[in-house]
Amino acid sequence: MTVELGHFALVLALALSIVQAVVPLAGARLESTQLMRVGEPVAVAGFLLVAAAFATLVHGYVTSDFSILNVWENSHSAQPLLYKITGTWGNHEGSMLLWVQILTFFSALVAVFGRNLPPSLRANVLSVQGMVGTAFLLFILFTSNPFTRLVPAPFEGKDLNPLLQDIGLALHPPLLYLGYVGFSVAFSFAAAALIEGRIDAAWARWVRPWTLMAWAFLTGGIAMGSYWAYYELGWGGFWFWDPVENASLMPWLAGTALLHSAIVMEKRSALKIWTVLLAILTFSLSLVGTFLVRSGVLTSVHAFATDPTRGVFILAILMIFIGGSLALFALRASSLTAGGLFHPISREGSLVLNNLILSTCTATVLVGTLYPLLIEALTAEKISVGAPFFNLTFIPLAIPLLIAVPFGPQLAWKRGDLLAAAQRLFAAFAISAAVIIGVLFFVDRASTVAALGIGLGFWLIFGSLTDIVFKAGVGKASPGVVFSRLKGLPLSVFGTAVAHAGIGLTVIGLSCVTTMQVECITVMKPNDVVEAGGYTMRFREIAALKGPNFGEDRAVFDLTGPDGRRLGEIASSKRIYTARAMPTTEAGIRTFGFSQLYVSIGDATESGLVVHAWWKPQVTLIWWGAVVMMFGGFLSLCDRRLRVGVPTRRKAALQAAKG
Amino acid sequence: MTRKQKRAIVIAAGMCFLALAAGLTLVALGQQTSYFYMPADVLANPVQAGERIRLGGLVEDGSVERIDGTTVRFSVTDGQHSIKVGYTGILPDLFREGQGVVAEGTFGADGTFVADSVLAKHDENYMPREVADRLKESGVWEGQEGGSDK
Repeated sequence: MTVELGHFALVLALALSIVQAVVPLAGARLESTQLMRVGEPVAVAGFLLVAAAFATLVHGYVTSDFSILNVWENSHSAQPLLYKITGTWGNHEGSMLLWVQILTFFSALVAVFGRNLPPSLRANVLSVQGMVGTAFLLFILFTSNPFTRLVPAPFEGKDLNPLLQDIGLALHPPLLYLGYVGFSVAFSFAAAALIEGRIDAAWARWVRPWTLMAWAFLTGGIAMGSYWAYYELGWGGFWFWDPVENASLMPWLAGTALLHSAIVMEKRSALKIWTVLLAILTFSLSLVGTFLVRSGVLTSVHAFATDPTRGVFILAILMIFIGGSLALFALRASSLTAGGLFHPISREGSLVLNNLILSTCTATVLVGTLYPLLIEALTAEKISVGAPFFNLTFIPLAIPLLIAVPFGPQLAWKRGDLLAAAQRLFAAFAISAAVIIGVLFFVDRASTVAALGIGLGFWLIFGSLTDIVFKAGVGKASPGVVFSRLKGLPLSVFGTAVAHAGIGLTVIGLSCVTTMQVECITVMKPNDVVEAGGYTMRFREIAALKGPNFGEDRAVFDLTGPDGRRLGEIASSKRIYTARAMPTTEAGIRTFGFSQLYVSIGDATESGLVVHAWWKPQVTLIWWGAVVMMFGGFLSLCDRRLRVGVPTRRKAALQAAKG
Repeated sequence: MTRKQKRAIVIAAGMCFLALAAGLTLVALGQQTSYFYMPADVLANPVQAGERIRLGGLVEDGSVERIDGTTVRFSVTDGQHSIKVGYTGILPDLFREGQGVVAEGTFGADGTFVADSVLAKHDENYMPREVADRLKESGVWEGQEGGSDK
């Protein structure tokens, strides 16, 4: 019965979302405050209804109600509770429901926290959010209904795909969707501005926090997905340039560009048209990503099930929203006035360079991702574009940007002094040069590429911190003054420095692991020894164990450190999940500092057990860097300036005090 | 320099960067893409030794033999023709005889295919899409390619 209630709630949510799409828009056109106000309660109610629907589905999963087709297909009564819950979105239907849940969450946030927005802008934003919501609710109800019943109800479920039975499923999709779908707010603001034909610096101030929040979540979601693939798939790879990964990377790159161009618009009223276009493109790339992942046009772990009607439906949504918003842009963009002028060597100029490079990088990823689909459609030839393509295009294009990053914050608005900026960055440059030389001479197996990569990472970290050092006057003023200046600096200055330093950490991790990892494949019998990165593993035994819904053969190795100290054990196992009779490999991972020892076992043959071992130097820095970037984003988000409405409220308070 | 000249320089620099990106993309698309072949395609249009391709089909029943612990040989078949493949490393968990597989690598001078990566499905109902499409066309296999049995 509860599931029918959930289904009913979802239909009601669709009705409300149509109201949300139509009424505030009409209100804004007719200048009727009453009609415009309808948007807010409706958005909140829509969110609550979708939440109710989502809760009934989670309830179905938790209670293992196999009379629901979706639960029967993706759950099993013996699964641990956490995987029963996360299994709710570990399938096509549930994951689309999560998508809509997060979309309505953002609409409700705009309704609640957007009280200081001009009424017509708020009405138009909510209306565009309502349109997106309507499209995806229709998609769920017509092609991907998670509430379908199954009669008669089977006794036992078919189990969740074992690869998804992991804590990663609890974190990766929600974080990723908070990012992906969060960009819908920037999109709605852009569409609303175009509908009104009016845009000003305040618009950028409202859009920036939403973009920043979505960007921070997307950063976390991508990093989490990468780490999950790294430890779960047992190949030890962290990024495969798989189309599905690219689908999340493209909105991230475009969103990063948007984040930076919105600063120029907020501070200098320049780049208005470009920022609006970028807001549209960022969410469009999120939609393209949803299409690529959910339509089944690609082979991947994310393509749960393929059903041609779904692909066509999402493609239609894609064309309506991307085509519609770009048409609106073409019609209205000329009415947006151009803003302030600036010299090429200036803060604005550096942000334009950032945008130029990021959007070019996005374009190369888009070409590499769509080219195989295009070729297949045109010639029926099946080709694949893999890592070599992206290594040859994306990396050389991104490196100039990484080198330029520390210069940006050092340049003044309007007209900057490149020489003065270079002088201030001299210390950071000297440190990186010393690091490059040190790595070349003192680290075994380090190639020139490794040394340059690590140097680039240090340049990014110290170059970014230079900004804070100079703004606080470290070394020039007394400690007390420095401290009070640090306290007075806006949080966004720290946010920028921290996020840029985060990129540096990731670059160091990437450089170390791609150039200096040690890999060996060997066949082992008990008491055989394999060595990687100075650590020695002695194969002890294989033990058969039993988990809640799987059986496993666990190979245990005794571990000895480079100094001969015993470090306990490291174990990798082969599991067979009973319900699906599906085997998986669980890698054995031990972390030492930022480096990891990674072991995964293959088949047991007559000559012994096949063992694949890696030493992965500084590998975790790749993800720590992303965590630091995310933290930088949130720091910036806490800046007073971005708390919408603070200035107006303070002004009102001042006036009240005077009066 | 007048403002116009400055703007022209900036635009020219931007264009140079875009041209560089376009050039890199074209070169990379020309060199770094790999075509998908079934065994019949290889016989119809031979692939040069050293050219990277992806070879797809079913793992032929009874063809899997272990040379030593880490090297495996098996045949990929499309029902009519088959091609021998050599691979060193750990095979995917769902690699089995009679199941779909995509091997990526190059042909050696002796005509065997040396794979550096082998992909099988990642779910027991799932068939690599390229393989599924072609096997359906030739009628060797009929089944759902989806992950669910609807």
